[in-house]
Amino acid sequence: MDLNLTSQELQFRDEVRAWFSANVPKDWVKRRNAEESMQARFDYLRQWQRTMFDAGWAGVSWPKQYGGRGATLMEQVIFIEEMARAEAPPMANVLGLGLIGPTIIAYGNDAQKTRFLQKILSAEEIWCQGFSEPNAGSDLAAASTEAKRDGDHFIINGHKCWNSYAWAADWCELVVRTDPDQHKGLTVLLVGMKAPGVEVRGLKQMSGESEFCEIFFRDVRVPAENVVGKVNDGWRVAMGTLMHERGTFGAALQVNYRRNFNRLVEIARERKLTGDPLVRQKLAQMYAEIEVMRCNQMRAFSRINETGVPGPEGSIQKIFWSELNQRFQQIAMEVLGPYAQLAHGSADAFDQGQWAYNYLRARGNTIEAGTSEIQRNIIGHFVLGLPKSY
Amino acid sequence: MQFGLNESQKILQSNARKFFAAECSPADVRRIMETGTAHDEKLWSHMAEQGFLGVLIPEDAGGMGLGMVELAALAEEMGRALVPGAFISNLLAASAIHAAGSTRHLAGIASGKIKATLALLESSAKWNPEAVAMPAVTGEKMFVPDAAIADVIIVAARDNGELALYAVDGKSAAKTAMPSVDLTRRIYKVAFSGGGELLARGDAAHKALNHALDVATVALCAEMTGGMQRTMEIAVEYAKTRKQFGKPIGQYQAVQHQCADMFLWTESSRSAAYYAAYALDSAIPDARAAVSVAKVYASDACRETGNRGVQVQGGMGFTWENDTHLYYRRAKSSEIAFGDATYHRERIAQLVIDQARSAAV
Ligand SMILES: Cc1cc2nc3c(=O)[nH]c(=O)nc-3n(C[C@H](O)[C@H](O)[C@H](O)COP(=O)(O)OP(=O)(O)OC[C@H]3O[C@@H](n4cnc5c(N)ncnc54)[C@H](O)[C@@H]3O)c2cc1C
Repeated sequence: MDLNLTSQELQFRDEVRAWFSANVPKDWVKRRNAEESMQARFDYLRQWQRTMFDAGWAGVSWPKQYGGRGATLMEQVIFIEEMARAEAPPMANVLGLGLIGPTIIAYGNDAQKTRFLQKILSAEEIWCQGFSEPNAGSDLAAASTEAKRDGDHFIINGHKCWNSYAWAADWCELVVRTDPDQHKGLTVLLVGMKAPGVEVRGLKQMSGESEFCEIFFRDVRVPAENVVGKVNDGWRVAMGTLMHERGTFGAALQVNYRRNFNRLVEIARERKLTGDPLVRQKLAQMYAEIEVMRCNQMRAFSRINETGVPGPEGSIQKIFWSELNQRFQQIAMEVLGPYAQLAHGSADAFDQGQWAYNYLRARGNTIEAGTSEIQRNIIGHFVLGLPKSY
Repeated sequence: MQFGLNESQKILQSNARKFFAAECSPADVRRIMETGTAHDEKLWSHMAEQGFLGVLIPEDAGGMGLGMVELAALAEEMGRALVPGAFISNLLAASAIHAAGSTRHLAGIASGKIKATLALLESSAKWNPEAVAMPAVTGEKMFVPDAAIADVIIVAARDNGELALYAVDGKSAAKTAMPSVDLTRRIYKVAFSGGGELLARGDAAHKALNHALDVATVALCAEMTGGMQRTMEIAVEYAKTRKQFGKPIGQYQAVQHQCADMFLWTESSRSAAYYAAYALDSAIPDARAAVSVAKVYASDACRETGNRGVQVQGGMGFTWENDTHLYYRRAKSSEIAFGDATYHRERIAQLVIDQARSAAV
């Protein structure tokens, strides 16, 4: 075992660290928890991504020819950690950078790579993910949004839902049905959100904002050249996207969780609770679980480094971070006491009401990116070899 | 970055697995646990020949001179095979002697000729070294593991109010068995009536004792991981073959998801145990917190894995013939040993809240 960084990695870390410390917008820490319109926030984050892109930091893991850095896995991990450590704002094109870009890199053709990748990095074109439907959530293979061939086009009709950032998106990675066969009848298409017949409606979330939307497609014409991979091979492409969803993304979490933990300890001290044995027990339990998550991640990265791909073990990470965050937010509520319930807009709230928001938002963690139950199915069937339950 | 065993560590682990499969089968475990002392001289001497009893003991003192990661790899295999007896006791005693700056008995321990243990708890039953009240070296210790077979007992006692460690001749002490749930590891009341050789006192005694406890705790966490792994394997195997309502029970999600949880807890315990081993070896600043993190997690996870292991197997899981209860019993004694989750959570609170080091992310 050797958890030290190589001298090359240390050099990379110092470079990243120096860049962030010089460039992270000074107003972000204040602005982060402040109330502002979703659009104003998004414009701000888009501008920030542009700054990162111009300095060559938007796509560290991406191949150089598409504007990336071709960084090693460890460098990606270092980069993500440093970005979190510097309390840098997130980049606006979350899904384009984390999921859809990597999918195009893995399964797209050269024309698609040339057409789309750079604009994902520069945030010139924002992306959303059109997988879920009213009748096909966990059971993605039941997707029924239909794509009918018409010469060199497909004509799309259907209804997607829970699509994060669809309100801001220029493009969508869309899972459509091109054949009645369940798994072998799906295709992934890249669809312009401004095309005639595409209608986006905001869906208000339990946490109050409308981060996700539903999308209606009525006779939308999409050129056949926008198929990723092959027609009827969409299941494989979509699964590739989901693997990324459960992959390196965890690196930022352990830094953020640790920061939230430290902040909660500060609040506990301010409220004179750090001598209370029950509070001490609960805080220490959270510290332990965050550390275990960090150890799991280091082990997983080390394994990806050896074997090349994130495996079904990614499901452990997904269950761990989502369920831990829910436990953590509950303990935060207990530490804050009556202050816990104060929301954005309350002058007496700790951290501008962020804790109440976090508490509500955490409920989505065990649903998005594959529910906890689906993750346990994956472990049961693909890792432990138990018979498929459905 | 490499989180995991290197080539030679992998060889050590696979040799250990083969060795224990051959020398300590489930039938052997049952035979040895019926002996009253849970000690088997033949197994012990074969373990000594393999070098297992002196993994951490320096080469010039007769050991293998290896590190914590090797120890963890070995302990994990011993946990999987549920190896009965005094391995952890000897590790604890040898680590205390070594950390006290002595080489006394180390060669004998490594060769298996001398068996040692450490006496810490008294009737107050607190793991914190501050709780030691017995005057040197007269009075009663409790919960002393493997005392019946010990040639040497390292005793924590008070000398004019100061904590001190003594090496006491095992034969000079009176031992009474304390019947307990874990049949593979026996504990005793031990009455001392003077004597003993001073190893360390004051600060040095504190340091040596704390170090030995940290080392043994990490080995125990790795051992618990091995036990969890085996408990899970037994349950998963059963869930694949046992049929009810015309289907393998593992197809029912109520069963399958319990197996998935066992997997998640086992893997997470493993990550935490090996990280703690690495942290102790590399003297990382958060090493003591890492030890407590591993013990907090493993204590709860190992018990809960045992709970699920029994439940998944239904009535069969509740029988004496099924090995699950042997692991289940061991899980409870391991959960208690060197402080349970509550004890280690308080230790974490002292390390990260009171000392407020956590601010430096
Ligand atoms: C915050 C958030 C953001 C999201 N963003 C996007 C996005 O950008 N793009 C997108 O396409 N989707 C997105 N989703 C949708 C998300 O992927 C789905 O909600 C999720 O896959 C579950 O599908 P569902 O909502 O239809 O629930 P269902 O599949 O109906 O599940 C309901 C319940 O049944 C359980 N269940 C279902 N099937 C099984 C089974 N086989 N075994 C055991 N239990 C089962 C589930 O675990 C769950 O508890 C988002 C969701 C959230 C909460």
